[in-house]
Amino acid sequence: MESTKLLDAKGLACPMPIVKTKKAMEVIETGQILEVHTTDIGAKNDLSAWAKSRGHELLKHEEENGVLKFWIKKA
Amino acid sequence: MTVKVMSSQEVTKKIVNKESLFILDVRNQNDFNDWKIEGTNFEYFNIPYFELLDGVEEIMDKLPTSKEILVVCAKEGSSIMVAEMLSEEGLTVSYLQGGMKAWSEYLEPVKVGDLYNGGEIYQFVRIGKGCLSYMIVSNGEAAIIDATRMVDVFLNFAKEMGVTIKHVFDTHLHADHISGGREIANQTGATYWMPPKDAEEVTFNYSPLESGEVIPIGHTAIDIHALYSPGHTIGSTSFIVDGKFLLSGDILFIDSIGRPDLAGKAEDWVGDLRESLYTRYKELSEKLMVLPTHFMIIDELNVDGSVGKKLGSLFAENHGLNITDEMEFRKLVTENLPPQPNAYQEIRETNMGKIHPDLDKQREMEIGPNRCAVR
Repeated sequence: MESTKLLDAKGLACPMPIVKTKKAMEVIETGQILEVHTTDIGAKNDLSAWAKSRGHELLKHEEENGVLKFWIKKA
Repeated sequence: MTVKVMSSQEVTKKIVNKESLFILDVRNQNDFNDWKIEGTNFEYFNIPYFELLDGVEEIMDKLPTSKEILVVCAKEGSSIMVAEMLSEEGLTVSYLQGGMKAWSEYLEPVKVGDLYNGGEIYQFVRIGKGCLSYMIVSNGEAAIIDATRMVDVFLNFAKEMGVTIKHVFDTHLHADHISGGREIANQTGATYWMPPKDAEEVTFNYSPLESGEVIPIGHTAIDIHALYSPGHTIGSTSFIVDGKFLLSGDILFIDSIGRPDLAGKAEDWVGDLRESLYTRYKELSEKLMVLPTHFMIIDELNVDGSVGKKLGSLFAENHGLNITDEMEFRKLVTENLPPQPNAYQEIRETNMGKIHPDLDKQREMEIGPNRCAVR
């Protein structure tokens, strides 16, 4: 999936993946897509709950070799 | 203001002493609703940490100024962040060391009784998850029953007591937590026992527990009688220790009874469960102290933090032992059951030795309460 920006949050523990995702979302435009890579298992539920509460759309997530990947469209 | 740290042991003390504590749980709503730290006089406020990234001003009026506040999250990181923000606002708060991960793994050893000629029996209360393990010590020897995977706790305890672990038992194939039994046996050379009917698919060697088996511990020969009591699983076995204690596994709890559905065979096993509870247990002495493998609610804890009650009291008070109508009993244990334990199929496969998840995966599989009982 195409993305505007890639955030590498691998190796970071909670809350950093979401703190960094929030910052990264601030610099992209509405409708643009942020791709997030993390290794924090807890991020799966938390990122989707956070995106939902902010109105962003979680377009897709997948897991590859222990890396969780998310594509979030800015509201 | 400074941020303080509170250990699982300190929280446990507050639960046992029925102290008050205000818990600010910053996990997401689903995780909080599913499983939290339970205390008789605890109050709660749940807001996910990711709602507080811009500041904590909006929740300041939700927090008490005269009560001790503990910030809790899954693994500690987010609770430290929130605790620091609250501290900047002038509040003195603590965070839970290691988060719910540490809470799930914390074991509190409590002595539950004396045995013949200087022997002792200890209960290891896994307060966060409601699991109970046991160690019987006598004259330099020890037996462990239903050990959880935090094996160092048992190994260190035995070392401090100066006893050699000779036998390790699992009362049944567990579905809610990963057994530490085999690992302890491997590390100590002890004999690992489990009921053969629960072990048909296991990939390792074990000693089969048969009904009526008597295993002495220590020179004083404290007898452990294995008593076949199917129902929660087809192989479920209870133990009578020294004629005084009934280790009931997942068949009988203090305020609830075992559920028969975790291997997908509720209909087949409900008759066995009734037979075990209403016939086999009825024949036992009412003076036996029942020591189960789980508790479900914090009210089941005694004043000293242990879990156990006389069989006679349970026959009088436990609803699950007082259903005369067989159909009603059948309904209770097969319909409207609570949700199943998290990852229970994978946990059963791990305990059979079929899969070998790493430690992080094991922790994730065990998240949440035990959910082995019906009330």
